[in-house]
Amino acid sequence: MDRLAILISGVLFGAGVAISGMVNPLKVLNFMDIFGQWDPTLILVMGAGLIVTFAGYRIVFKRPAPLFAPEFKLPTNQLIDAKLLGGAALFGLGWGMTGFCPGPAVASLVFGRTESMMFVAAMAIGMVATRHLLLRAKPAQA
Amino acid sequence: MSPTEFTPVSGLMGGTLIGLSSIVLMLSYGRTAGASSIFSGLFTGEFNADFAWRLIFIVGVLIGAAWSGLFFFEASSVSFSGNSTTIIAGGVIVGVGTTLGGGCTSGHGICGISRLSLRSLVATIIFMAVALVTVFVTRHVLGT
Repeated sequence: MDRLAILISGVLFGAGVAISGMVNPLKVLNFMDIFGQWDPTLILVMGAGLIVTFAGYRIVFKRPAPLFAPEFKLPTNQLIDAKLLGGAALFGLGWGMTGFCPGPAVASLVFGRTESMMFVAAMAIGMVATRHLLLRAKPAQA
Repeated sequence: MSPTEFTPVSGLMGGTLIGLSSIVLMLSYGRTAGASSIFSGLFTGEFNADFAWRLIFIVGVLIGAAWSGLFFFEASSVSFSGNSTTIIAGGVIVGVGTTLGGGCTSGHGICGISRLSLRSLVATIIFMAVALVTVFVTRHVLGT
């Protein structure tokens, strides 16, 4: 049952980033281009995602534990340090250069475009290299 | 740059689905639905239960996107900006940044802020701001 629920969660995510248009880098870049070809759609995507998740989490966290796992595994790191600030800034740079963030980039692989494959392969290399070189192979969280 | 149409209905629908995805994963398995962390955890070299749930989620993402591409989303509208070098460099930078910063749009922007994490709020403000500046510079200063 846990596997089916995880699969359903993935399907909802993939459908969400596709239907919203976030898998289209041009649309995402146009959202960021407030002084040009502004397309405000992404505000509604983020807004709806936040409101639904916020409300849903309030209900879910009333339970002592998830349905199919012994406990909630929430990120414990609360540090606002140089790693967080620098990492977020780098992510913003790469996102603004390409219009791709990780979830939509992975989802877009099914549309068979070479650019999606190049981006996702490069991203995986960046992730693995960072873990090994800078973070001493600690798994990522959040 | 070509304009794209403001699509409020599909935007709200898509956002709602992303929210439902976060709820289902937290309710069932107790994890945050952060795409960069889930994807990055596939590459630890270990093929255990931790690998399995991440793979199942990613397979779901691909199924969901493919299904949407058949009925709701015009896959041919996907359009890239910049050459291969920009896309590969951007991919590496996104990989480094999300690993250092511990999350991306979904992990920090949706799940983290919904948990009222100050760390996630700060990260989201920074990556949105830097992305806006980057697009402003590339489109209006450099004029590419």
